[in-house]
Amino acid sequence: MDRQQLRQQVLAELQHIAPELEAEALRGDRPLRDEVDLDSMDWLRFLGALHRRLGVNIPEADYHKLDSLDALIAYLEPRLVASSP
Amino acid sequence: MIDFKLPSLGADMDEGTLLEWRIKPGDTVRRGQVIAVVDTAKAAVDVECWQDGEVFELLIEPGAKVPVGTPIASLLQAGESADSARRQVPPKSPVEQAAPAPSIPSEAVAPASRPRVSPAARKRAGELGLDLAALTGSGPHGVVTLEDVEAAGRAPAPATDRGPSDRQAAMRQAIAAAMSRSKREIPHYYLSETIALGPAMAWLQARNARSTPEERLLPSVLLLKAVALALREYPQLNGFWREDAFQPAADVHLGVAIALRQGGLIAPALHAVASRPLEQLMGELADLVQRARSGSLRSSELSDASLTVTQLGDQGVDAVFGVIYPPQVALVGFGRIAERPWVEAGQLCVMPCVVASLAADHRVSDGHYGARFLGEVRRLLQSPDSL
Repeated sequence: MDRQQLRQQVLAELQHIAPELEAEALRGDRPLRDEVDLDSMDWLRFLGALHRRLGVNIPEADYHKLDSLDALIAYLEPRLVASSP
Repeated sequence: MIDFKLPSLGADMDEGTLLEWRIKPGDTVRRGQVIAVVDTAKAAVDVECWQDGEVFELLIEPGAKVPVGTPIASLLQAGESADSARRQVPPKSPVEQAAPAPSIPSEAVAPASRPRVSPAARKRAGELGLDLAALTGSGPHGVVTLEDVEAAGRAPAPATDRGPSDRQAAMRQAIAAAMSRSKREIPHYYLSETIALGPAMAWLQARNARSTPEERLLPSVLLLKAVALALREYPQLNGFWREDAFQPAADVHLGVAIALRQGGLIAPALHAVASRPLEQLMGELADLVQRARSGSLRSSELSDASLTVTQLGDQGVDAVFGVIYPPQVALVGFGRIAERPWVEAGQLCVMPCVVASLAADHRVSDGHYGARFLGEVRRLLQSPDSL
């Protein structure tokens, strides 16, 4: 999976939680939870969905590294390679 | 034979429009079964039956808008037959039987409107998705005719096809009505307490470090459980003010204020919170939030809450002082969990803290009692293992 496909998959899960989200309007370098208005329950559901879809289990201790969509993609990409067969 | 009345859907929802029946005459129904779907200002609600029986007659049609407390179906109890029921009870119009639920002020209740409609018109209205209650009949005695339905079908916006802005306006109105009533009738008092969450957050962190996202707990769950356990010791905050008297609730059902993504809020109940393990509570909370946002709540969830908890911590505010949701008599608010300077055993340290607030009804309790309740919540949160 390349970076573009990964981004599409992440956005699809975000849109599942926030149906009103317009992917084009989302600024990748801004704080994600403000851009999408995710509360802590939404955030946990989002991480659960990523875990199921991508097989990456993001620990709580790493939440602070995921402050924007770009940062999240950068975090997921190497772990994706590591966990695929 | 018994009348099944449209159950209470919460103080800010005093009427509903029948969207569909899930039962038909002759069906056996069980307590807790969903028998109809009703639309309200806030959400579509699955109406649950509150007892076992056999459906005798459906008294309203899809599209009819009726106040809470209106008989909408009649049920046969065990041992009754349809024939005997027919002999016993002369046919009545549901309009005559309409009775407001005790929690709703009488001025808020309009008479039930079951429009008189010709069968052909009813069929056509169903096809067009029109709200018959909103139509004016031009036939004899105000009967809605096929022609009336066709005319309404050509008009731009049929009444049941509410756009998002309409629904928002209706929701805002419903919230305003309930909150105005609360502020008018309930002599509120307010207390707050800053609670140290050091042990609770450390416990949670250690537990969540071993879990996948699906198994993790949110701090909210600890707060809800602590409130529920404390309410067992302080029953004067857990219940309802009805007919000029306090009625303590039999169990602790916590209303959870949930912000809806399109705006507005709804506070459905988590049931029997004090006796639920944390994992189960977390699952039920996640499910409740999801269903509140997708608009598939059950009627019992909208009428059972014995105290509401509101948490605005995610929005970053320090504290929230809520307005009591009638007929409840208290509301607990939590702000953001944040690290603050704290003094413990004479030493200055950094401590995760949350401001807990209580808004309570002076007709039932006073500040001294409320303060002891908040103290109990604080005490419980110091030993997360016991939650």
